[in-house]
Amino acid sequence: MATETDAHSEGGLVFHPLDQFIVKPLFGDGAVSWYTPTNITLWMAIAVLAIFLVFVVGSRGRAIIPTRMQSIGELIYGFIYKMVEDVTGKDGVKYFPYIMTLFVFILFANYLALLPMSYSATSMIAVTAVLGFGVFICVTILGFVLHGTKFLGLFWMSDAPAILRPIIAIIEVISYFVRPVSHSIRLAGNIMAGHAVIKVFAGFAALTLVSPVAILGIVAIYGLEVLVAGIQAYVFTILTCVYLKDALHPGH
Amino acid sequence: MATQTTEIAVGACVDAGGSALGMPQLCAGWMGNQVAWLVVSLIVIYLILSRIALPRIGAVLAERSGTITNDIAAAEELKQKAVEAEAAYEQALTDARVQAAAIIADAKAEIQADLDVELAKADAQISAKAAEGEKAIAAIRDGAVKSVTAVAKDTAKELVSALGGSADAKTITAAVSARMKG
Repeated sequence: MATETDAHSEGGLVFHPLDQFIVKPLFGDGAVSWYTPTNITLWMAIAVLAIFLVFVVGSRGRAIIPTRMQSIGELIYGFIYKMVEDVTGKDGVKYFPYIMTLFVFILFANYLALLPMSYSATSMIAVTAVLGFGVFICVTILGFVLHGTKFLGLFWMSDAPAILRPIIAIIEVISYFVRPVSHSIRLAGNIMAGHAVIKVFAGFAALTLVSPVAILGIVAIYGLEVLVAGIQAYVFTILTCVYLKDALHPGH
Repeated sequence: MATQTTEIAVGACVDAGGSALGMPQLCAGWMGNQVAWLVVSLIVIYLILSRIALPRIGAVLAERSGTITNDIAAAEELKQKAVEAEAAYEQALTDARVQAAAIIADAKAEIQADLDVELAKADAQISAKAAEGEKAIAAIRDGAVKSVTAVAKDTAKELVSALGGSADAKTITAAVSARMKG
């Protein structure tokens, strides 16, 4: 949002598409330490509030015939519950609350980030890395706790030719450790890129000649981002389920 | 936002004009803040979901599916009952028809029996009357013959006496009787 003032003062096209991601303290100036309430705090709190409104206030009637808000909550519940059950099997259902937490946080953060002037928490690599590596570490520990060293069978293709097994094992190990990286960068990259592109189009809108095209571009990218916000939340969640399935059933 | 009034901390990640230096995502000074608040948010969301929202929604969904199952079962039961009621109705109708036919046949037979008895009685009465009538006719005829004989005798006696003859009663009677036979 800083582009407008800067472009005006400098009298030319100036793009600062990444300024929207700057972390600012909510109260006063000064350094940002780990406990400072910042714009991240604000928008995460708004996400928590929205989740509370949809899932707790929306379902307070416990109606057999649901209200609109309650059916939204039930829809998301049913969607994620079925996903967990289908991907991980019956014994994965006890991890449903954790996966639901991840999904609703990413979903609400993604969609709230589409509001003008908002802050996109899921575009920060630190945030998605905590989510991605959190899933990775939990799933790995869970795998060893449940299966002990048998969990390493995940990397040993017993039905492959004996010569290929060590090679496949190396590839499997590498791909296993790349998982959290791709898991977190996929989400942050998608959200950040979309928001930055919108901002670039907004910078072009300052030129009278191309402003109609730029505004059309903003609309188009915004439409795409609405899809991306939902799809990335879905992708993150279903990959979490797949990794969880590997931990629960390490055999191929 | 990046005006002089809302000056933000100038550091490794932000230049003097308030613009980002490099990618704000990679600014190490901000990461602790993001991670801390993320963890707080996730814990709050987890508590909200696992303590309140998910059990409630799960219960509502279970209750709904239970209600639907019960309603479908009740509907099936009612349908079965309706089929049974229809069968019972059909059965009752058939029974009633059979009974009605039987009653009609009984009534017909009774009426026929009554009719036969009455007819027989009537026939007997008619024949009795006829016999009586015949008897009466015979009596009347006898009476008439007797009267005619008496009248004839008297007339013959009178005629004989009027013609100047005299005849005793016996002769006249014999003569009249002979004539009457003829």
